[in-house]
Amino acid sequence: MNAFIILILAVVLLGVVTLWKRRSSSAIREIPAFTRLIRSLGLSIEDGKRLHISLGHGRMTDGRGGSAFAGLALLRNVAERTSVSDMPSVASAGDSTLGLLTQDTLEAGYQAAGVEDAYVHTIGRVTGLTPFSYAAGAMYISQNENVSTTIVLGNLGSEAGLIADASERANVPLIGASDDLAGQSILFTSAQEALIGEELFATGAYLNDDAVYSASLTVQDVFRWVIIVGLIVGAGLKFIGII
Amino acid sequence: MRVVSAVIAIAVGLLVLLGYFLPVAVPVQTILLEWAVILVAVAAVVGVINLATVHADKVRRRAKDGIYSAMLIMGMIVAAGLGLAFKPQNSFMQAIFLNGIIIPVEASLLALLTVTLLYTAIRLLRRRADAMSITFIVTASLIFFASATLPFGDMPILGTLIRPWVSQILALGGVRGILIGVSLGTLLTGLRVLFGIDRPYGGK
Repeated sequence: MNAFIILILAVVLLGVVTLWKRRSSSAIREIPAFTRLIRSLGLSIEDGKRLHISLGHGRMTDGRGGSAFAGLALLRNVAERTSVSDMPSVASAGDSTLGLLTQDTLEAGYQAAGVEDAYVHTIGRVTGLTPFSYAAGAMYISQNENVSTTIVLGNLGSEAGLIADASERANVPLIGASDDLAGQSILFTSAQEALIGEELFATGAYLNDDAVYSASLTVQDVFRWVIIVGLIVGAGLKFIGII
Repeated sequence: MRVVSAVIAIAVGLLVLLGYFLPVAVPVQTILLEWAVILVAVAAVVGVINLATVHADKVRRRAKDGIYSAMLIMGMIVAAGLGLAFKPQNSFMQAIFLNGIIIPVEASLLALLTVTLLYTAIRLLRRRADAMSITFIVTASLIFFASATLPFGDMPILGTLIRPWVSQILALGGVRGILIGVSLGTLLTGLRVLFGIDRPYGGK
């Protein structure tokens, strides 16, 4: 019952805040990783190189799918912006369902840019079905396919270190984010720019103008404050022996 | 077609969600989840075909390192053929493909990862010499040294006092904070997909 109430509250808040944001836009804080990502989108076209977006191996059928959806939102945006380039962006995934969605998202990006004839299905790839085989396939792309920047965004564990190492050896900057704690700590040490924690889910707000994405961030903040207050009050009540 | 796929996705998503809260919707939820399992299995086959197509394309274009792509395709054909003939659970299949190839290769990659991580940690301060990086290195080193056992037991103070305090209070608190943030992000992302705002299944 509690989960149902939270869900309804989240839906209502998302709707209300979206309407409010559409009337008065608000600024969001600068995150260096997103600044670099946006810059790398433009530079890749100028340099005649491609972006490699690696979406991890999050399954759509469990809780790790959330980060994969965030990665797909980024991919949709990147595909639309770089589809006219001589070197189109290439995407890799470590799960077959995610691979299908990757191809569909890339195709949608090409359609939106009006260049659907230029779409080739081999730019969206399933590089392996286990974490390490996926990483091995993604390493090859970063090193051998004229990549300007590798963007790793999704569910990745320690294998993110292999992709980061391959990118570094090829002098390819890496921007990384994972919902996995091991993946986050590895990307923090090895990526040029890393997104920590829920920053991964802010991708839509930084790349799209639609108010619903910044409204999502506001709703997350509201829930976060409710949890903080709940934790402090709970700890206080426990301390004085009421609960 | 795009509208139809969006309607199907939203309707199915809402029905599955309702199944968690309304007992009357459970039979529908069960059927839909069973269909999803079948579709995921089909997607696995499509994923393997995609992998083969990409590498076949490299072989056809005589791309650099195309020989590895040819080896991969040959390996896939042999594994699929023998798997169909003997069944994957067969001891011969387990010995050759699982214990003979897959596990040793993945273990090698794991070993490579260990070296890579050590090298990355050493280079961290050269890449980004800020307070966070210094804190990261100092904390990691502290926990590393404190975890080392001496002949007479745990390292005094470092292993008995500081390590438990850092790992069970500071680190655990941070981990919980990060996981709460990730959960909230996942919730809102899920809602956007559920209501068709984010449509990773296409649409202009």
